[in-house]
Amino acid sequence: MINLEIPKKYKPLVNQANQVATEVFRPISRKYDEAEHAYPKELDMLASLIDGMNEGSSDLGGAGAAGVRRSSNGSDPAENRNGTNLSTVLGIIECCWGDVGLLLSMPRQGLGNSAIASVATDEQLERYGGKWAAMAITEPEAGSDSAAIRTTAELDGDEYVLNGEKIFVTSGDRADLIVVWATLDRSKGRAAIKSFIVERDNPGLKLDRLEHKLGIRASDTANFTLQDCRVPVDALLGDPEVKEKGFAGVMETFDNTRPLVAAMAVGVTRAALEETRRQLSSAGIEIDYDAPALAQPAAAARFLEMEADYEASWLLTLQAAWMADNSKPNSLQASMAKAKAGRTCVDVTLGCVELCGAVGLGEAELLEKWSRDAKILDIFEGTQQIQLLIVARQLLGKSSTELR
Amino acid sequence: MSTTIDTEKGVAERSMGIGLRALNWLAGSDLLDRIRIRKGVERALFQGTKSGFRTATVAGRTFKAAQQLGKPARQPRSKSKGLFDITPDDEQQMFQEAGRTFAEEKIRPAAKAADDARETPAEILAQATELGVAMLGVPAELGGVMEEGAATTTALIGEALAHGDLGIAYAALAPGAVATAIGLWGTAEQEATYLPSFTGEEVPAAALALLEPRPLFDPLKLDTTAVRDGEDWVLDGAKSLIARAAACELFLVAADAEGIGPALFVVESGTKGLSVEDEPAMGLRPAATGRLILEGARVPQSALLGEGRREAYVECVQRARIAWASLSVGPAQAVLDYVIPYVNDRQAFGESISNRQGVAFAVSEIGIETNGMRLATYRAASRADRGEDFGREAAIARRLAAQKGMKIGSDGVQLLGGHGFVKEHPVERWYRDLRSAGVMEGALLV
Repeated sequence: MINLEIPKKYKPLVNQANQVATEVFRPISRKYDEAEHAYPKELDMLASLIDGMNEGSSDLGGAGAAGVRRSSNGSDPAENRNGTNLSTVLGIIECCWGDVGLLLSMPRQGLGNSAIASVATDEQLERYGGKWAAMAITEPEAGSDSAAIRTTAELDGDEYVLNGEKIFVTSGDRADLIVVWATLDRSKGRAAIKSFIVERDNPGLKLDRLEHKLGIRASDTANFTLQDCRVPVDALLGDPEVKEKGFAGVMETFDNTRPLVAAMAVGVTRAALEETRRQLSSAGIEIDYDAPALAQPAAAARFLEMEADYEASWLLTLQAAWMADNSKPNSLQASMAKAKAGRTCVDVTLGCVELCGAVGLGEAELLEKWSRDAKILDIFEGTQQIQLLIVARQLLGKSSTELR
Repeated sequence: MSTTIDTEKGVAERSMGIGLRALNWLAGSDLLDRIRIRKGVERALFQGTKSGFRTATVAGRTFKAAQQLGKPARQPRSKSKGLFDITPDDEQQMFQEAGRTFAEEKIRPAAKAADDARETPAEILAQATELGVAMLGVPAELGGVMEEGAATTTALIGEALAHGDLGIAYAALAPGAVATAIGLWGTAEQEATYLPSFTGEEVPAAALALLEPRPLFDPLKLDTTAVRDGEDWVLDGAKSLIARAAACELFLVAADAEGIGPALFVVESGTKGLSVEDEPAMGLRPAATGRLILEGARVPQSALLGEGRREAYVECVQRARIAWASLSVGPAQAVLDYVIPYVNDRQAFGESISNRQGVAFAVSEIGIETNGMRLATYRAASRADRGEDFGREAAIARRLAAQKGMKIGSDGVQLLGGHGFVKEHPVERWYRDLRSAGVMEGALLV
């Protein structure tokens, strides 16, 4: 039975998340955009609240910290399921309608938490539970090409020794743990890439600097050097064996996290559209859905065009999450959602600034901020171009050596 | 084709083309056992037999009320379990599969010739009727097959048929729009007068005529007028791009009605003051589009559809937009399906052209936007079935169909280069049809 609406059972969750966005995020949104690198202490209480709700198995996750395990709970596979993937996406949309930078700064809701929750052993889950984990993949010479990373991990007795440089680590300064991608053997390519949990206070992990950014300034972005950074052998996440499938497994976690970033983009896009609708209304322009777009003022027609792209992004994002909930392979749809939502967010937020003119540009409103925040959403967790590559390879049946 | 017909002979002979035969032939014998529709079909057969059918004449049959109900019959709303779900239900899947098979085996092979000749073969129209497309919007009490709202099912069939060919799909689905409109908004008398014809074998060519020949057409601000004169309405104006206009026996004409505003009028083809002009266009050619001219066309008071309620008219405009969006998704998918093997096989500079990002990314875009268009269309249609507001969703589905659909049509030709521009390949037809679908108003309904 086709029904592309927010599930009834998640309406309270969406409402809760919207209240958080309205009451907590929006009032401090500008403050932490200006005070870059200052810790948003207002989030501590909220984070505790969310931890409490997660205990009570509420689905109000942050950036997917609940993890994206594909659990088989023995129910009929033919039966339609709405689960964690969908509820997480819905929660993120609302929170990012409030402020995406603040959501990224939520304690214990980092991408590292998502990785841990997704692949850690029970023992690791226990050891690292309740901690805030950031994710360190990118290096100065390896961005989208994550198989090219140079950070090494060498086994020395019952410890791994990590050496290398990591950049663009979201919440890297504030987190308790950093999940570091490193290679066990550079000659073995991607198969040898593993992730390691490094405690933030490890003396071998040196903070080089915090970045000054175009947007999401509430979120700290750290660069690190790992210098003879020693971690216990059981800090390795997942299977220590060097085999091709291992990397595929690591990459598969992205199938589940890409819809989450798409959801962030959808939330920011909606914020800009709603504010712009209000601004246009005050200028005497009402959007009429029944009149043809081109029989309306140009601003209204433009708005409709942007709203249509927003709707497609929203639906593609929900589709990808829903497929994950129903154990359907969704790599294609996840990349479609990320590609569409990422670029739509940039186009729409910048378009809204244009429609609102000086009001759009000025710092009295948040429109200009959203258009700065937007850009990263078309870059991290796989750029627009990487998503198009993934989609193309899948549609055309091409390998990564054929279609580079 | 006929093994199953023999086993079903008793039913098939009584079926009057209800679609059972076609469904069986198209979708394979296992399908029928799987579908819940069977009961509905059998009841429809029973009722159809009971009420009988008007005799058709070439010059336009006489439509006469029989067996009028106390109040108009309506399809009940669909009930949702409240969960997000992209999977069509069993009944919808059955129609979808039947539509896909029909499109693949019959429509696509006939598409080029139909486009050249500006005519859809009668055989294909008859087979589409057997599929039940003219009666999807007919309430079950009046012989329809659908137990509840038919918008999603109609959109799924529209998409499936248009994957074969959009112009043929338009020709095949156009009469159903009139039946759907009467089933949604008609009075009991209008239903009793007109709907029986749409559940029989000899479904009349019929058209829901909204579009007018002027730039920036707005279906809520019509040039066509309906003026009161005694007990009658007198209609004047022109309606564009009507499927098989010359063959139509029945029109639903949108006119600005004196004291009411935009409204629909049932106009039989025998009415004085009607004429039809040929109106060839860049696309939709198998539908043999024509223009209906109304000059002092006089119809009785009872011709006003559903008391001329404005909400009904607005809903008609919205449902038509969903229908055209669904028809756009078909060829958009067809472009994707066609270009994938082409760009993989085509060699340039010593390798497959799809090894180049410039080509590969264009294919990704077609995939992404087609998926988005499809979901937006499904959302709008399913909201309509559940009785929720869907004006916004219909407008968005249309926006995507008009804009992304056009771009997909263009990219389809572009990816084939010069080969796309010549008629050896179907992409130039999809280019024309996808542009056309984004311009249409009215004419089809979900």
